[in-house]
Amino acid sequence: MAETIFAPWDDPTEKPLIRFRNVTKRFGAFTAIDDLTLDIFEREFFALLGPSGCGKTTMMRMLAGFETPSEGTIELAGQDIAAVPPNKRAVNMMFQSYALFPHLSVYDNIAFGLRRDSLPRADIDARVGEMLKLTRLEKFARRKPHQISGGQRQRVALARSLAKAPKLLLLDEPLGALDAKLRQATQFELMDIQEKTGTTFVIVTHDQEEAMTVASRVAVMDEGRVMQVATPERIYEAPESVYVADFIGDVNIVPGTARAVGDGLFQLNWAEDTVPFIAASEGAFSEGQACHLAIRPEKIAISAERPPEAENAVHGKVLDIAYLGNLSTYHVELPGGQVIKAQTANTRRISRRSFTWEDPVWVSWTKTAGVLLDQ
Amino acid sequence: MNRLSWFNVTALTFGFAFLYLPMVILVIYSFNASKLVTVWAGFSTRWYGELLRNDAFLDAAWVTIKVAVVSSTFATVLGTMAAYVLVRGGRFLGRTLFSGMIYAPLVMPEVITGLSLLLLFIGIGLDRGVMTIVLAHTTFSMCYVSVVVSSRLVTFDRSLEEAALDLGCSSFDAFRLVTLPIIAPAVISGWLLAFTLSLDDLVIASFTAGPSATTLPIKIFSAVRLGVSPEINALSTIMIGIVTIGVITAALVTKRNSLRQQQEEQAAARVA
Repeated sequence: MAETIFAPWDDPTEKPLIRFRNVTKRFGAFTAIDDLTLDIFEREFFALLGPSGCGKTTMMRMLAGFETPSEGTIELAGQDIAAVPPNKRAVNMMFQSYALFPHLSVYDNIAFGLRRDSLPRADIDARVGEMLKLTRLEKFARRKPHQISGGQRQRVALARSLAKAPKLLLLDEPLGALDAKLRQATQFELMDIQEKTGTTFVIVTHDQEEAMTVASRVAVMDEGRVMQVATPERIYEAPESVYVADFIGDVNIVPGTARAVGDGLFQLNWAEDTVPFIAASEGAFSEGQACHLAIRPEKIAISAERPPEAENAVHGKVLDIAYLGNLSTYHVELPGGQVIKAQTANTRRISRRSFTWEDPVWVSWTKTAGVLLDQ
Repeated sequence: MNRLSWFNVTALTFGFAFLYLPMVILVIYSFNASKLVTVWAGFSTRWYGELLRNDAFLDAAWVTIKVAVVSSTFATVLGTMAAYVLVRGGRFLGRTLFSGMIYAPLVMPEVITGLSLLLLFIGIGLDRGVMTIVLAHTTFSMCYVSVVVSSRLVTFDRSLEEAALDLGCSSFDAFRLVTLPIIAPAVISGWLLAFTLSLDDLVIASFTAGPSATTLPIKIFSAVRLGVSPEINALSTIMIGIVTIGVITAALVTKRNSLRQQQEEQAAARVA
C-alpha cells in the first residue's frame, strides 16, 4: 500500500489554515515585516527560521494577536483575524521564557485556560490529566514552577498551551533554554506530540538544525522578508539564493559567469586560465550572466590523483584541516586563491591521515552536486 | 578586616542615640508612677489604666484607626492602578505629566497639601469630619503606594500577562488572576506604609479634621500644649509600638518576597 506523503502545499485544492496576504508591519520607521505572503496548512509543523531581528517573532506575535499588521491581512481558517483579540483566538502560544504562573501549581497552570472557558470541573480534571500524561508530568502536578527542572518547565508550558486544543500552536524559541542533549531529545518529543495531537505547530527558531529536524516546511527569513519556503531537504539541497544556501549549513560559494552549453548544462567561468566548472541547472542563465555555484562540502571528494571520470576536478593544496571527530573538513586552496571546503566522513579510526597540510590534492564533484544561483 | 573599629562603634552609638534616645526616655517615663513627668517615682502601669478610662483619647484613637484603615485601602487601590498605568500604559499622551503629578505630593510641603484640601472642602461645601480626613490621607499616601508598587511592576515579566491573555483572559482577569497575586507583597507593603503614614499624620489632619472628629495626633498635640501628662507618654508608647510593628511587617514582607524571587531566579538560572 502506497503511503501518502504529507504535502498539502503541493495540492492546489487544499485550503491553507493560515494565510498571510501582503502583510507589512512597521514599528515607527522600522519595517519588521515587509510585504509578506505565506500559506501554512493544517497539521503542518512549520518553522520560521532566521537570524535575530529578521521579523520571525513579530510574525508569531501577529498570529497570537499581540501585534496587528500595519498593512495586509492574516486569515485563520478563512477568517480575517485582525480584529480578534488574543483571548478570543483559537491560537495558543508557548513563550520563550515559558511564562509559567509562579504562584500556581503545575496542575493549575495547565488548567488555567480551561477554567477561563468555565468548563465543568470533571472535564477540566480529565483534560489536565490527559495533558499531564502526554507530557509525562503526572508526578509533578502539585509542584510549583520553581520546584521543577528546566526541561520539566518546558513541558508544563507545552501542556498549558495545548490544553485548550488550539487550532494553531505557536512556539517561540521553545528549546532555547535547554542544553544541547536535552534539546535534541525534546525536539523528537515535540514532533511526537505534534503527530499525536494533530495540531498545527508554528515554531520560531534561529537554530537551523532544530528547524530542519522538526519541521515539515521551513521559511528562511531575512530582514522582514521570506527568502524561501520549502521542505528541509529542498532548503538544503536546492536553495534559491546565496543567502539561504549560506544560512543553512556549510557551503562553498564560487562566483563566476555562466555560459549555456545545452541540455540544461552550464559552464561557470570562475577564474582566468582555468577549466570552467560544469553544472546542471533547472533555471536558465544568459551568456555571461554573473552567477554563483553553491556546493556543499560533503559533496566534494578529495584525492591524490585526478579521478579519471570526474566531471569537475581542480588541483589545489591543503591549507587547513578541521577534525570534527565524525568528519574532517579540508580547506583546499585553488590556483586563483579561492578556497574550497571538502568534507570526508571518518569511517575508520585514523592512525594516519591520507593528506596533511601543504599536500597537493585534487578536489572533484559531479555536475549535479551543486546548484547555480543568480542571486 | 576589622569593620567594627572604635570610630565605627562611636558613630553608630551617637547615631542611634540621636535617633532613639528621646523615644526611649518617653517609653521609660510612661511607666513612671509619679504624676510629675520629670520625677521618677518607681515602676507602674497606672497611666495605661488611666488612658483606658479616658473617653476623649479612646474616641480619638478609634477615629484614627478608622481613618487609617479606610484611607490606606483607598490609597492602595488608587496607587496600584496609577502604578499599573504608568508602567504598562506605554507612551500615552501626557504620561510624563501624569507621572510627575503622581510623585509631586512626595515632596510637597504638608502644610500646602493640607491648606489646599481645606480650601477644596470648604469650596464644595463638604462638612469636615472623618470623611474629609480619609479623603485627605488617601490623597497624600497614594503616591507612596504607587512608588512601591511601580518599582515591583518594572521587574514584572510582561509575558506572564500575555500568557494569561493568550489563554483566554480579559485584560481585567489577567490583572486579577496573574498580576495581582504576584505583586501582592508589594501591594501589602504599600498598604502598611499608607496605614503608618495616616496613623501619625498631624499637619494634614489638623487642616481637614472637624469638631466632630479628632485624630489621636491632634488630640495629643493639643493636650501637650496644656502640659505633658504621663497619660500621653503611655499613649505615645502604644503608638510607637503600632507604627514599629507596621514598618517592620512592611519591611519583612518586602524582604521575604525579594528573597523568594531571588531564589526562584537562581533556580531558573541553574537549569537554564
